[in-house]
Amino acid sequence: MNIREFICIGCPVGCELKVSFDNKTINVTGNQCIIGKKFAEEEITDPRRNISMAVKTNLNGKKIMVSVKTESEIPKDMIFQVIKEIKNKKITYAVNVGDVIIKNVLDTGIDIVATSSNVGDFNGL
Amino acid sequence: MTDLLIVGGGPAGLSAAIKAKELGLENVLVIERNNRDGGILNQCIHSGFGIKYFKEELTGPEYAYKLSERARELNVDIKFNSIVLDIDENKNTKILSENGVEILKPKAIILAMGCRERPRGAINIPGDRCSGIFSAGTAQELMNLKGYTIGKEAVILGSGDIGLIMTRRLTFEGVKVKAVLEIMPYSSGLKRNIAQCIYDFNIPLYYNHTITEIIGKERVEAVKVSSVDENRNPIMETEKIISCDTVLFSVGLIPENEIIRNKIKMSEITGGAIVDNSYETSTRGVFSCGNTLHVHDIVDNVTFEAFKASANAVDYIRNNEKNKNLIKIETGQGVRYTIPNFIDINSDDENFDIKFRTDNIYKNKKIKVYINDEIIMDRKKKIMSPGEMEIISIAKDNISKKCLEKVLIKVGE
Repeated sequence: MNIREFICIGCPVGCELKVSFDNKTINVTGNQCIIGKKFAEEEITDPRRNISMAVKTNLNGKKIMVSVKTESEIPKDMIFQVIKEIKNKKITYAVNVGDVIIKNVLDTGIDIVATSSNVGDFNGL
Repeated sequence: MTDLLIVGGGPAGLSAAIKAKELGLENVLVIERNNRDGGILNQCIHSGFGIKYFKEELTGPEYAYKLSERARELNVDIKFNSIVLDIDENKNTKILSENGVEILKPKAIILAMGCRERPRGAINIPGDRCSGIFSAGTAQELMNLKGYTIGKEAVILGSGDIGLIMTRRLTFEGVKVKAVLEIMPYSSGLKRNIAQCIYDFNIPLYYNHTITEIIGKERVEAVKVSSVDENRNPIMETEKIISCDTVLFSVGLIPENEIIRNKIKMSEITGGAIVDNSYETSTRGVFSCGNTLHVHDIVDNVTFEAFKASANAVDYIRNNEKNKNLIKIETGQGVRYTIPNFIDINSDDENFDIKFRTDNIYKNKKIKVYINDEIIMDRKKKIMSPGEMEIISIAKDNISKKCLEKVLIKVGE
């Protein structure tokens, strides 16, 4: 049995998880809820993370930053490739909260969505 | 004609405004210095917000957007690009806006100004005053709202949540974070943030360390760092140099109370107003909530706190001043402060929610609450730390049964 200890990042509580596993089973202790159990199982088999970024948009000459996030977790080892895709995206149109900025980024099946808007009456860059 | 004036349009102010409108109060005005509402949430592009209140995990801007949309639905009046210059003892408020100076005479005021960051100067880090030195929140604003690249190689002082979040943010932007230094033997940040900002990227995190000098001509070139002893004093023999071009300071948040600190009773420990369980300050009709009252870890708690303060402000406006019978909540061993500071025994509240922070990390200890020296709560907690605000609830029954003279909360065995 392998043993790993790590902190659950599923919610702000941050339970200290102890995971013992082999090829067939994964046992999780230290979790206070089911989120921790799922997180531990995924962390062993297919570690994933959510990321968020701020991207430059240019709306008729007005430069405004828009924040974006992964709709759900992407593989942890693809974080920096996804970041590169996001930074290379040129946005010259109106963006509203929830709009898809990149569909199915790098074939992960996960969209990058806007979490803020560049439409509205406020200062840009 | 303003019944309720709310100073600040961040999460506390917006939540307070929403609650007041939902309770049917018509004349609610929010004063916001920025050109948009949302406050600090606009620059907190990471997720972790809203789990308690919205029952989903949101980024800061999404939480702000939901509050903002709800406020719009309810026709909350917000005056942007406006600041409060003065509030007198009769709640007459001088504001400065695009219309010039005006005097408002609200029936009640809710203070929701948030907080500011402790700067390098306040902790006396010696050395050069070159460019490339930022408070963590300033760096966050510059990067997330203004699109600046702030440097190439950074050292961060402070492992609280803001320092940790910025460690990850910088790493995402290709900045090499060479070290995160923490003067205490533990981090005040959420454990989840240590995991997803430090461990995930193998960033060196040094406890019991500080920066002893910043070196640079026009731009930062290096910092001197050393470990500290049990009195937090640098041990000179351990001094090392780390080359970098950027230094971030994440060394504490201070409630913003400049306009009001000489007018109401303040707590030296929290840096905010002294309040009772209705969140009313020492001036009748003036309420305080959110980071301006005490620094929070989780914005959902700010919303709940603002809801309570607002409901009480509305009650005050409609029913005028009720007589209070205030009993101080004493803090014993291990408890740094409580909010509220006082309980009003005449209050209609069914339960009294008491928030507190411990002064150190305590493992497998108990929270003990005494009413008149009789113990009414003896709760075991696996872990308590200064960086994670605790909340306990005391039923009114517990209090009204006895002739309440004293409330004490402490950490014990």
